[in-house]
Amino acid sequence: MSALLELSAVTVAYGGIPAVEDVTLSVAAGTIVSVVGPNGAGKSTLLGAVMGALPARGTLRFDGRDLAGMGVEARVQAGLSLVPEQRELFATMSVADNLLLGGFRHRREGRAALAREMEKVFTLFPRLAERRDQEAGTLSGGERQMLAMGRALMARPALLMLDEPSLGLAPLVVRDILRAIRELRSTGVAILLVEQNARAALKISDYGYVIETGRITLQGPSRDLAADRRVAELYLGLARQTGERQEEDGNRQ
Amino acid sequence: MSRRLSRPLWALATVAACLLVPWLPFLPPYWITLGNYVGIAAIVAIGLVVLTGEAGITSFGQASFVGFGAYATAILTTRWDISPWLTLPASLAAAAVAALALGAVTLRLSGHYLAVCTIAWSTSLFYVFGNLEIFGHNDGITAIPPLVLGPWRLVDTQSYFSVVWLGVALAAWLTSNLLASRSGRAIRALHGGAVAAASFGVDTMHARMLAFVHAAVLAGFAGWLYAHFQRAVNPTPFGINASIEYLLMAVVGGAAHIPGALLGALLVGVVNDELQDLLPRLLGAPGNFETIVFGALLIGVLQVSPDGLWPHVRRLLSHLPGGLARPAQAEPSATAEPLPRREMPPADSPVLTVRGLWRRFGGLVAVGDLGFSVRAAEIVGLIGPNGAGKTTTFNLLTGVDRPTSGEVEFLGHPIAGRPAPAVARLGVARTFQHVRLVRTMSVLENVALGAHLRGHAGPLAGMLRLDRTEEARLFAEAWRQLERVGLAGQALRPATALPLGQQRIMEIARALALDPVLLLLDEPAAGLRAGEKATLAALLRRLREEGVSILLVEHDMEFVMGLTDTLVVMDFGVKIAEGTPAAVRHNQAVIEAYLGAPDDEADAPAGAA
Amino acid sequence: MDFSIALILVQDGIVNGAIYALLALSLVLVFTVTRVVFIPQGEFVAYGALTYAGLQAGQVPGSVGLLCVLGAAAFLASLWAERHQLGAGRVARLAAGTLLLPAAIAGLAWLVVPHHPGVVVSALLALLIVTPVAPYLYRVAFRPIAHASVLVLLIVAVGVHLALTGLGLVFFGPEGSRADGFTDAIFDFGTVSVAGQSLWVVGLAAALMAGLSLFFGRTLTGKALRATAVNRVGARLVGIGIERSGEIAFILAGAVGALSGVLIVSLTTIYYDTGFLIGLKGFTAAIVGGLASYPVAALAAIGVGVLESFASFWASAFKEVIVFTAIIPVLLWFSLRHHGVEDEE
Repeated sequence: MSALLELSAVTVAYGGIPAVEDVTLSVAAGTIVSVVGPNGAGKSTLLGAVMGALPARGTLRFDGRDLAGMGVEARVQAGLSLVPEQRELFATMSVADNLLLGGFRHRREGRAALAREMEKVFTLFPRLAERRDQEAGTLSGGERQMLAMGRALMARPALLMLDEPSLGLAPLVVRDILRAIRELRSTGVAILLVEQNARAALKISDYGYVIETGRITLQGPSRDLAADRRVAELYLGLARQTGERQEEDGNRQ
Repeated sequence: MSRRLSRPLWALATVAACLLVPWLPFLPPYWITLGNYVGIAAIVAIGLVVLTGEAGITSFGQASFVGFGAYATAILTTRWDISPWLTLPASLAAAAVAALALGAVTLRLSGHYLAVCTIAWSTSLFYVFGNLEIFGHNDGITAIPPLVLGPWRLVDTQSYFSVVWLGVALAAWLTSNLLASRSGRAIRALHGGAVAAASFGVDTMHARMLAFVHAAVLAGFAGWLYAHFQRAVNPTPFGINASIEYLLMAVVGGAAHIPGALLGALLVGVVNDELQDLLPRLLGAPGNFETIVFGALLIGVLQVSPDGLWPHVRRLLSHLPGGLARPAQAEPSATAEPLPRREMPPADSPVLTVRGLWRRFGGLVAVGDLGFSVRAAEIVGLIGPNGAGKTTTFNLLTGVDRPTSGEVEFLGHPIAGRPAPAVARLGVARTFQHVRLVRTMSVLENVALGAHLRGHAGPLAGMLRLDRTEEARLFAEAWRQLERVGLAGQALRPATALPLGQQRIMEIARALALDPVLLLLDEPAAGLRAGEKATLAALLRRLREEGVSILLVEHDMEFVMGLTDTLVVMDFGVKIAEGTPAAVRHNQAVIEAYLGAPDDEADAPAGAA
Repeated sequence: MDFSIALILVQDGIVNGAIYALLALSLVLVFTVTRVVFIPQGEFVAYGALTYAGLQAGQVPGSVGLLCVLGAAAFLASLWAERHQLGAGRVARLAAGTLLLPAAIAGLAWLVVPHHPGVVVSALLALLIVTPVAPYLYRVAFRPIAHASVLVLLIVAVGVHLALTGLGLVFFGPEGSRADGFTDAIFDFGTVSVAGQSLWVVGLAAALMAGLSLFFGRTLTGKALRATAVNRVGARLVGIGIERSGEIAFILAGAVGALSGVLIVSLTTIYYDTGFLIGLKGFTAAIVGGLASYPVAALAAIGVGVLESFASFWASAFKEVIVFTAIIPVLLWFSLRHHGVEDEE
């Protein structure tokens, strides 16, 4: 199976300091790939670079096309969609208008086509249907995340990128969001999921990458990563417990 | 460094040039007159260097202040026969009072509102000048007496040239002194560094007003010079178009540089003069066609070289000998008496106590019933996953945000809800998650800004260089703190030239310059490389040994685990654990907060879906 | 002052206020979509007025030349901005939009003028001539620095204003113009008589506002424009071109300005540089609306108009002083509302 998104040796730097360094990663069509790692590891930067919002070095290919020189709007046209960490909703516009604008890419297909697409979003997130005329700015945190995802789906992307979809949400809401992500997978859209919540992300994804201070340090099928103690160590700052760490590494090898 | 002329020599050369240049045999009087107008405009433009270039306040109303200065002397000299030398203070005062009044009403407005507002009041004042009896309506006031110096009536353009350009030199000298002083640093911090400056005790509103009044007084001075050169005033040169031209001069020359103001005034003055002849002849009709060129010039400069032309000229001149660089405290003064220091609380006594702290945003609880304390010479880490409420807590402690309810006590003083400068005054210094440095300052000056509250010299002392002893002490302190953190070697570089890691260390030096009891660090390790983190941790340990108490918000677990004495862990706005790093690390609630609960959801592995 | 004079003043105020309201709305639109404080809005009023007056007087107005000059400038600016990704097709489309279109409009003016066009045709033709100037300016002056700070954009806007005033003098000359209104009719309502032209002004302004409100509320393009204003990052993420939105906002601003000019030129004499003051009154209203709220700005504009007409009755010399000083208490209220220290970029 050929990869939908392929990054090779991608580096993103702010003012000379690389936030993402030499990252090579791929997402196959119809799969969920997660990138996990502690806060500040460079996960959001990576998505920003794929979306074209940040300048990147290295090769980025999507659906066989080189993304170099393409702006954000062009990448949306090409079938990429990003739900950013800040959601970036149109706060003073209604839920329905937010969704409608999500389908801006397909505006020439007419209102009826967009309305049909909107119904699909409402099926996935019934809560949004109840609030279709409410202003986006008045929604709860979970509803905002649903709206942000719904808006991205309206573009009918080939690859949906989600940045910290569970961020700041109560556990019950996180459950709803994660369920929706899994349901999406069955519709054929590929998903690149960036999460700090490693356990949840690895459970719903097929393949995972662990990123630490800008570099990929571990990767593998999600099931294997979920069981890997090194992931937990990374999060809880255990790596510096040098004696213990080296011993364990020794045992493992 | 190349050879540098000493200060008195420079002064002498400047005075000599002002006196002799107009009498050079080959200079036509027409050029001298043009030079007079350029000099008068340059004084206004120098004011804009402080106001727009350094304080970041755009004014489309400087010509109004020129008008206040000009009308003040015109009225006093023609109606009451007061000597022009005596009306000079009146002209300056008229501009200053007008600026204080307008500033009090409008200076709190942010960026573009304030700028649009200057258009409104300057248009308004233009009609006031043109319609009041006292200003002589649209005809203005004529027969203004010339300046008289002993036996000389300064009516010829050559003598007046000397007056004008001595005035320009004086304005440039005072302004450059001001910018290099304690008050000047406060002004220079306004553009992009206001939040940082406020957290070191700078009253930013006061600094804005100072810049506004300084620029207005210079404009008033220019007005006084104009009135006695022209010997007649009317509203036209004080309208909005004149104001725009002054701003154009500053922008074209380079709004952040005094020589840029001179360059801009010269350029605009000469071009204006040429075009006023050329364009009507070309187009075959009279009119102010030069505005087309000026408009295009303004657009073009901002598109191509937003910092103006001076930086380019300076680069060309940089190989010439001479003192083009701003006077800096090039080395630590050996003789400066150290600044007095605060007494540190005894070890283990409570420094910061937080009780029942709440912050609600609408229905959302960002911080709920938070309580913890920091003891003297202790390092406490505040950690938690993204969105846990760490930054909100930090803002509540530093006076950036107000708590909904709860108590924060620092050395017995309640500080919850107090503004940032008040908290700083008590001995709380902070660094920022996103480094906030003043981009136009050197590393040393940035650090000296931290010692703002330990100096007292006002703007007048700064302008007249009466603050030298205190400045030497403040800079000696800044040098000392840079040595303490190991950055002394970078002291004279522009702060923006440092890599991020060193900028963070510089922020710590700046915080230390406040002589703090408590140091609040917002994600100090973010963006640092492993080696830099180790250096930072060593520095913080050393500070702890010296008696400084430290509270840090951090998400780099590895960093805090090895460094802190106590950890406070937050999730969803509440404290979920507190204790030694070793205890916290094995706390089940903490593990779940970071990694997610083991049975959270999605029990079925992917692929089964 | 008796009641009937007050009524006349109110009536005058509302007529002028309706025009200020149009300008205020357009200023809010341009600012929210592009962050440009559109100081040259007033020049479009003057251009619209002088163009319409010229057509009515049977001349090909000077603005035709202005249009061609700015179109050529926009062509060059666009070529430069897109120099790295230019194809023959793109160049052809650029040329069509910036070189052929002005030429076609100029040709149309040439053909129509000798036939003494009526008021409606003249008004439409004036709109057609003046409106494209705005998007051309956007391409030349603002698009290359679209990411600069609001303050820098404002200074550039002032530069554009300065240049346009000079160009106005070149293409229209220093003489003022006045034109006939759409109608001479006067309607008597008991003690009050209302000029038909006043009804035209208020009616057209109201219709245009209603049209704009439909455009923003119903059409996808209008919604995309609002979305750009609300959240630029969000707009880019759904594929709305920020530059395209900016261009549309400028087209609307140009059309609104030109129409305001066509309406106002029957009420007062307009010179090449009169626009600035008229635009500034729209500004006063827009600022009262916080450069964000359409309804508040429109209401404030009516207020400005009424204040102006009463001020000119009581103290005509201080008319402008009173109008522009009225903004200060509003600003004071703004400034007392927020206290915190903020960093301005």
